[in-house]
Amino acid sequence: MQIRKKKKKDLPPVSTASLPDIVFMLLFFFMVTTVMRETSLKVTHVIPKAKEVAKLERKSLVAYIHIGPPLKPLQSVYGTEPRIQLDDAFATPKDIPTFVESVKSQTNEAEVPLLTYSLKVDKDTKMGVVVDVKQELRKAQALKINYSTTKIVDKSKL
Amino acid sequence: MARKKRELQEINAGSMADIAFLLLIFFLVTTTMDVDTGLMRVLPPYVEEPPEDQPDVNKRNVFVVLANAQDNLLVEDEYMQVEDLKDAAKEFIIGYPNDPGNMAFPEFEPASNKPESYDLIIKYWGADYPVSKQIISLQNDRGTSYDLYIAIQDALASAYQEVRDDVAKSRFGKTYDELQKGNEQEQEQAKAVKKLIAQRISEAEPKDIGQ
Repeated sequence: MQIRKKKKKDLPPVSTASLPDIVFMLLFFFMVTTVMRETSLKVTHVIPKAKEVAKLERKSLVAYIHIGPPLKPLQSVYGTEPRIQLDDAFATPKDIPTFVESVKSQTNEAEVPLLTYSLKVDKDTKMGVVVDVKQELRKAQALKINYSTTKIVDKSKL
Repeated sequence: MARKKRELQEINAGSMADIAFLLLIFFLVTTTMDVDTGLMRVLPPYVEEPPEDQPDVNKRNVFVVLANAQDNLLVEDEYMQVEDLKDAAKEFIIGYPNDPGNMAFPEFEPASNKPESYDLIIKYWGADYPVSKQIISLQNDRGTSYDLYIAIQDALASAYQEVRDDVAKSRFGKTYDELQKGNEQEQEQAKAVKKLIAQRISEAEPKDIGQ
C-alpha cells in the first residue's frame, strides 16, 4: 500500500527544459529560409496559369519587372492603364536599359550571364506593353527572361 | 560573508523561450514561401536593321500562329481555339515523312504539307537520320491579351514536351523528364531526343496588324 501511494505522488512533470531548443531550431529554420521583400508593389497583377512551368532557381540572380494596373489608391494619379514598375518606382520602357545596367553592376561579373529577368505581368495586360519591354530588354542584351506563371495542376497526371 | 559568495545567483533563463517565440513568430509572419515559377525563354539578340536577304524558308516548314487584337487565333490559315492548338502543333512537329519537296517550283503547293527534313547525325539514331525542318512562327498584335499569349506559348511548349515524351518512351522506355533527371547515359539520351525534336519557336518582330 505504501509503495503505491508513493508512486502516485512522485509523478514527474513533463520537462520543458528542451522547449527553448526546439523553438530556436524552428527560429533558425525560418531565419535562413526567409527572403525579405525588397520592393513594395505599386501595381497589381493576377499572374496567368500555365502547364509547362519551370522553377526559378537562385533568387539573387533574378530581376523582376512588374507590369499591371496601379494599385487602387494610386489610380487617381496614375490611371488604370497597365504600368511598368522597376524596383520601387513606375517606369517607362525607356528606363529599362538603365535598370538592366544597374542590375548587372550589382551582380558578380561571372554570374551576369545567368541573370534572369522575370516578367510579372497581369493577365489582362495588352501585349503592346510587353512587346515594348521585350524590345528594350533585347537592346540591353538582357536575353534570358521568364514569363512568371503559376502552375496548373493537371488532374489527369495525378 | 562566505555565505553570500556561495549563493551567486544563476541568470534566469526561463524567459529565453518567450524571446525565441517572439522572434519565431516574427519570422513566421514575414516569410513568403512562394516558389517562383514561369516559362523560361531566351530572346533573340537585337539587330538594328534586320538583314534584307532573309533565308527563304519553305512555307510547308513553317507552322504559322497569328493572334489578333480580338484574341482570335489563326493557325495555318484556319480559325482555331487555343485549346486545339497543342494537338495541331503536335501533329506538325511529328509529321516528317519526307518526300522530296517542290523546291524547284515554290509557287506551287507541295504535294505534302508536312515539313521537309534534313539529315543529321544523332546518337542512338545513327548517321543521316532525317530531322524535320519544322519551325513554329508566332506573331501577335499589340492588342492581344497577355493571357492568350501565355496560353499559346504554353500550348506550343506542351506540344514539344509531349512529342519528346512520346519519342523518349518509344525509344528508351522513359519520359523525357525522367531521362533528364537520370544517370549520365540517360542524360545523353535526353540530349539526343532534344536534338531530334528541337524546339524552334520564332517570334516575329512586333507589328501592328489590324486594331
